[in-house]
Amino acid sequence: MPMEWIMGLVGGVLIGTAAAIFLLVNGRVMGASGIIGGLVDGSGRSDWFERVALIAGLIIVPGIAAWAVGGSQTYLTSNWAVIIVAGLLVGIGTRLANGCTSGHGVCGISRLSLRGIIATAFYIGAGGLTVVLFKHILGVI
Amino acid sequence: MRSLVSFIVGALFGLGLLISGMTQTTRVQGWLDVFGDWDPTLAFVMGGAIIPMAIAWQFTRGRKPVLAASFPAPPEPRVGRNLVIGSTLFGVGWGLAGLCPGPAMASLTFGGAGGWLFVGAMFAGMLAAPPIRARLDQQLVPV
Repeated sequence: MPMEWIMGLVGGVLIGTAAAIFLLVNGRVMGASGIIGGLVDGSGRSDWFERVALIAGLIIVPGIAAWAVGGSQTYLTSNWAVIIVAGLLVGIGTRLANGCTSGHGVCGISRLSLRGIIATAFYIGAGGLTVVLFKHILGVI
Repeated sequence: MRSLVSFIVGALFGLGLLISGMTQTTRVQGWLDVFGDWDPTLAFVMGGAIIPMAIAWQFTRGRKPVLAASFPAPPEPRVGRNLVIGSTLFGVGWGLAGLCPGPAMASLTFGGAGGWLFVGAMFAGMLAAPPIRARLDQQLVPV
């Protein structure tokens, strides 16, 4: 089995363990878009400190880990127009759908939520078509 | 105490994203690129994450969270238009950049200016979502 797959599995178990702790201890669903979005639009004002604490861990700790191993890269496109359009779509879409890869994907599918399964089918389908169109046909990304 | 737990949860989440390669946009786009050089790593990440979480959901039955009054309500059965439209828009953005909200935050310290630009645009999109939702609910025929 290629090393990337093993690392994927190990990292995935860590993500799932994080979500499991958040559920069993704090009684909450670990959805990144919901936690961030509630701070951005003010709907999560009542528990803002917990949201900030989670996001702080999410930013700082991988930052330290990446620094400790000599740096990491995202290989994000340098095309700013693509970045802006993509960011807007991710922001609007995840809030309209009430969830993203972590909320609908990890937390939804694991409880066999129909909404989570359908959301995941649509964002993977749309993402696949987007890569085909913009990479192979238009050559933009 | 709940905030300390939240910090640890964020830390594990971020480490998992980094280790699994999900902060690398090329890996995510590689998973979506079924007609190119397909990269199945994301399936291992999803599978690995779903296993502990599925066990955790089983564990919630008849119990209470350690530091909260109750567990989240059961998922709403109605699928609805916003779920489908929203997930489709999200998928297009995810495919274009190879970033979703978790990895976008987790890579802020090493992702350069582009990473900050993406997060800025994502915040703008999140602010735009409630009025768009209100308009969708108002103008289109209910399904």
